[in-house]
Parts: sequence; structure tokens; C-alpha cells
Amino acid sequence: MFSQLTDSLESTLKKLRGQGTLTEENVADALREVRRAFLEADVNFNVTRDFVKAVKEKALGTDVLLSVTPGQQIVKIINDELIQMMGGETKELQLTGVPPTGIMMVGLQGSGKTTFAGKIALYMRSKRKRKPLLVAADVYRPAAIKQLQVLGKSIGIPVYEEGQGNPVEIIKNGHRYAIENGYDLVIYDTAGRLQIDDVLMQELEQARDAVHPEEILFVADAMIGQEAVSVAETFFQRLNFTGVCLSKMDGDTRGGAALSIKKMTGVPICFVGLGEKLSEIDLFHPDRMASRILGMGDVVSLVEKAQSVIDEKDAKDLKKKIFNNTFDLNDFLKQLRTIKKLGRIKDIMGLIPGLNKLPLDQINEKELVYVEATLSSMTAKEREKPSIIDSSRKKRIASGSGTSVQRVNQVLSQYDSMKEMFKKIGGMAQKQNGGTPVGSNYTPPKVKKKRK
Amino acid sequence: MGFLSVIKGGLTKTRNALLSELKGIVGAGKITDEMLENLEEHLIKADVGVEAAFLLTDALRENALGKSLSTEEVLGIMRTEAERLLSDPPPFELKGKPHVILVIGVNGAGKTTTIGKLASRFISEGKKVLIAAGDTFRAAAIEQLEAWAERSQADFVKHQEGSDPAAVAYDACEAAKARGCDVVLIDTAGRLHNKDHLMEELRKVVRVIKKHDPSYPHDLWLVIDGNTGQNTINQTKVFHQSFPLTGLVITKLDGTAKGGSVLSISSALQIPIRWIGMGEQIHQLVPFNKQEYVEGLFENALSNEDAN
Repeated sequence: MFSQLTDSLESTLKKLRGQGTLTEENVADALREVRRAFLEADVNFNVTRDFVKAVKEKALGTDVLLSVTPGQQIVKIINDELIQMMGGETKELQLTGVPPTGIMMVGLQGSGKTTFAGKIALYMRSKRKRKPLLVAADVYRPAAIKQLQVLGKSIGIPVYEEGQGNPVEIIKNGHRYAIENGYDLVIYDTAGRLQIDDVLMQELEQARDAVHPEEILFVADAMIGQEAVSVAETFFQRLNFTGVCLSKMDGDTRGGAALSIKKMTGVPICFVGLGEKLSEIDLFHPDRMASRILGMGDVVSLVEKAQSVIDEKDAKDLKKKIFNNTFDLNDFLKQLRTIKKLGRIKDIMGLIPGLNKLPLDQINEKELVYVEATLSSMTAKEREKPSIIDSSRKKRIASGSGTSVQRVNQVLSQYDSMKEMFKKIGGMAQKQNGGTPVGSNYTPPKVKKKRK
Repeated sequence: MGFLSVIKGGLTKTRNALLSELKGIVGAGKITDEMLENLEEHLIKADVGVEAAFLLTDALRENALGKSLSTEEVLGIMRTEAERLLSDPPPFELKGKPHVILVIGVNGAGKTTTIGKLASRFISEGKKVLIAAGDTFRAAAIEQLEAWAERSQADFVKHQEGSDPAAVAYDACEAAKARGCDVVLIDTAGRLHNKDHLMEELRKVVRVIKKHDPSYPHDLWLVIDGNTGQNTINQTKVFHQSFPLTGLVITKLDGTAKGGSVLSISSALQIPIRWIGMGEQIHQLVPFNKQEYVEGLFENALSNEDAN
């Protein structure tokens, strides 16, 4: 599988250690790695070539910062360049025109237009306080109208439809219906089509000219390959779309197409789809996408996720308890539940740089369920003072949690080794840091490397 | 509709890209590393897939580096290599009555459409077909499949939206037995291969229909969007790990995509490509044929070259 770019760069650039600057020779190998990583991430070929060239120019002659290795230095240059290329900042749709503002969804078959139409409707209503109307203009695919109706109903947003009529007429009538009924946002769902299907592309042009939507959003499957550019360019030439939505970003694709489409059309990426539920939509963050393409994990998302579930007071309490070695099974259970709130262990690990290459498939999520069940079957007193758990209590806990006595023993011994570890950490922190407890502000002292 | 005529159309871009590059190679004398890198780039651009592109050019590197070869010889080497990478599907035969086929894939790959086309094809061959609406999750997926069942005049088994797909599959097998059907096509909800709970759901479907008959499903086909890039390989690998696939269906090859990733998958995993889908019409599905595919990829480039 894909080797992490940072790692491969590190090994390529080992010989660079100790050298003051990046030179043409010593970056050549690194750039080959970059090229391969980009191609494997589905970044368009020409875009890759231009990119590598740009990075080379930036890298040459740059001083290697004292604190980082040349590999990290190049990755930083690449990362910055990538973010720059993808538009730099997160962009929200303006929607400043005279209401009803129109948003038209276009794209290939199966790219996710209908789902995105529903997602954007929900997003605009909850985040931007709009009153949206959905218009079902996909008259070709069987049951596409029904699909939009079901989605609309699930979020309480009305859907305008005329059955299998003429899509241009439906769009016109939908626009009129929105004006007459006081909707300030109209989202037109259109049928998927190939960029080379002239008749259907003309139909879109007619629809656009009929209602002049403020935004035309091109929906692209995040998994799309080298084909992305030719598809996007043709759609762009004919429709001048104003934004891009990337669907199925919850998959394990690197999504290099995002970069290609932005580079070739200059149109910003607005939204990403992160799941099948209509609430699973997010604005596009270039910096996070850059990390993803480079295979560096997504620490920002992880931190955001963690912040949303971790209570600050709890965290402080925990720190104290670890330090004073008074961490009991009640705390253990609390921690376990906090971690569970973050999502599946596998997903969390995937967000951490370096950890995403572990064999994540082998992690057994059920293990946590057993541990939690075992802990839950203890009384509060038992959790507070685990030493009172004798064999008869163990039997009771085992049958109460649907596990076995072995399992209970396992949990208890896990707890013991955890306590042992905390004791060491506490001791270490005291020694090194003059008594400051382990916590967010603690950083181990740096060991300076000798430079040639 | 012949496979060749369709694939020829779709492959025009690949051919042209290869053609111009090959001209360059042959015109410039001895084959060098730099030329091969150029060719590699063109193969990648043609979505042959990064791995397959490296495989094809590696074959050239071994056999042709430093030699002056004609276009024909260069093509010959690559063609032999491509043929070696691909495997022909064993002839499709009914292994039971009914023969049960489970169709899986990521969201929007074209599973439902493929099932409609397959049903129509089997029916035109005089078989009695039953379709099961196993996508109980996506809004209106059942209605979509029902429309295809009507068009192809296949029997149709459905439950309500949100019901257990395994139960639908089980009922379909039972109904097919009772009605004497030859083929059962079971649709499933689209699922990204990295979602454990959805993969588990699929495992349950397989488990449950096996209770009917341990030989079920006779076939497990993965539907892949021909536009998908490198993720194709990951998708196929992960699905194949969970369920031994018996075949692949590559869809949406009517655009400018050529499904070049086919080469990578086939060489890496040894799963035969069964069908090629193109277009939204009910008849636009043809069996995959290795020789014709490779011919479409290379032979035509050669004849065009001669014509010029």
C-alpha cells in the first residue's frame, strides 16, 4: 500500500542530515518520491509535473531550519505549496444575489448530486438561516425524483417536482414556485451526465440561462482518477461552474482529484461529503486536504473532535489523579466512555500521523465493549477500591456483564499495569520538570544533535 | 453490440496518447530511460494506473532498452505484457437452480443499473430471472430497482425501506426456488469499503443466504466505476479480503475513461473482469474479453499508425 510520504522522504534524505541547505542534487530523489505519491493520490499528471517544478524552485537554496530535518523541511514546503494551490482558505458560498438565490447541482452519474442537494439544503437552513426549496429535475434515472422527495421529507424541506417532464421547464417552474411561495434559496438537482453527451450538456446550458443560478456546483466523486480533469474542464467550459463539491470523502481515497480540479479550472472547492447522512457535510479545508494527500494524517480534525467531547474539568481532575496515583476504576470507565465518544478507535488512529499505517484492520473494537461491560457490572465501591473484588464478586461481575471470570481478571490486571505506568510517569515528571505534573504544557527537553 | 466496437470508441484517447508517444520513441532512435519515463507518463495519463504503467514500461525496459525498435515491436512487447496481466473470465455458467448472484460495490458505482442490464440480458437468453431489492438503505433505491425490473420483465422481491437486507436476500432465494427461477440477482446498498459496520452487514447477508444453501451465492460481483482512480485497487482488495470475489463489473466506460485500472487490479488480484457497462440503456452491457480489450488498447494504435 501507499507508504507515507514523510517517511519515504525521511529515508531518501537521510544523507542530507547535517547539511545546511537543500541543493539540486539532494532534492532530486525527494522530488521523485513526491511525484510518485501524487500520482498514487490521483493528482493529474500535468498538475503533478508543474507542482514538482514549483517545489523544486522553492526548495533550492532554502536554509534547513535548525529544528527540523531536511525531509521535514521539504514536506513543509510541499504542504504549504499544496495549501496555496488549493485556494489557501476555506470559502463559504456568498449567496448575495436577489432571493431566491439559485444553486444548480451538476456532475457525472453516481457522483452524489442528489445527496449533496439534500445536504446543502440542510446546511443552508441550519447554518445560514435560509428557507430552501429543492427542485427535482433528474427525469432520467429511475426513481431519482422519489429519492429527492424522501431526502426532503426526512429533513422537512419541500421538493418541487413535475414527474418525468422536461427538465428545463421543471427548473423554470421551480424557480417561479419559489418566488411565489417565499423561498429564498432554490437548489436544482439535475440528472447525471457525461461531459461528452452534447444533447444533455445543452440541456444544462438552457436550464442555466433560464434561471441564472448564482452558484453552479460541480459534484465530483473524491475517488475519481486521472479522468477528473477532462471531465471537470468540459463541464467548466460549458457551464462555468462556480464551485466544486467532493463526495465520498469518508472513504480511504487520497482525493488528489481535488487538487487537479482546482488547478485546472481555478474554481474553489466549497463542500465535502463525509457520509451518507444528510448532516455529514463540511466546508472544504485546504490545509486538511493537503495533509490527506500527503498521507500525514489529520491532526486538526482529531483535536477538534477531541475538544468537542472532552470536558476540561475532567481532564484536569484526571491529570491530578494520575499524578497522585489515585486513578481508580471509576476514572478508567469515564476515560473509556470519553474515548468511545470520539468514534471508532480505527478512525481515530487513522487521523494520527504515523499511526495510519498500522494494521488498523486488526484492531478489535469489541474488546472495548467487553471492558466497558465488565466495568459497568461492578459496584461503584468495587470500582473505587478494586482490591475488595474477591472470587465471588468476580463471578457475579462476569455473569452480570455476560463475560467470563478470565475477562474480569484481564481488566483488573490491565488496570494494575496502567497504575504501575502512571506511577512511573508521575515520578519521571517530578524528576525532570521539577515537580510539574504531566500535562499539556509538559515537553521533554530537547537533546541537541551535534552538527558537522 | 460487440465489445470491440464499444471499447474502440472509448479507447480512442488512450490510443492517440500512446500513438504520438510511440512515434516519438521510434523516431528518436534507441530507447532510453528518459523515453520510457515519458511513455510511462502517457500511460498514467491514460489512466492505465500507476502500477500497470510501471509494469508495462518495465517490460520494455527489460526487453528493449538500448535497442532501436519499430513501433510494431514496442507495441508487441507491451501487448504481450498486458495480455499476461489480464486474465480471461472463465465462461459464465449456471451452477445451480437458482444461480444466486450478489452484487456489491461502493456508493454510486452503478450496481442497480448493472443489475437491470444483467436481468435483461439473462432474460433475453431465455432464463427466468428474479431481482431482490437488497438496498434497503438509500432513499428510493427500491423504486429505482423496481423500475429496472419492470423494464426487463424480471420477477421482483422487495421489503420496506430500512428493513434487513439479509432478510430480503433470504426471501428472494426462497421465492426463486418456489417459482423455478434460473437466476437471482441481489442488489445491495452502496458501501465504502472502510466502513466496518457496513461490511459486517454484508457478511450477514452472505451468512444468511448460506443457510438456504451453502453454495449460495454462486457469484459475488464487485461493481467498479470506470472513472475511479487509484482507489480502485484498494476497493477491490478490501472487498476481496472480506468476500472472495468471483468477478468484477467495470461501469461507465462510455465516457473518456478507459478503465485502465483494470490492468492493475487484474494483475494484482487475479479476479476476472466479467462485464463492461457503458451508457444508461438496458442493453449497454457486454462481457469482457481480454483479447479484444488489449486489441482495442494497442492493435488499433498500430493500424492507425500504418494508415498514416
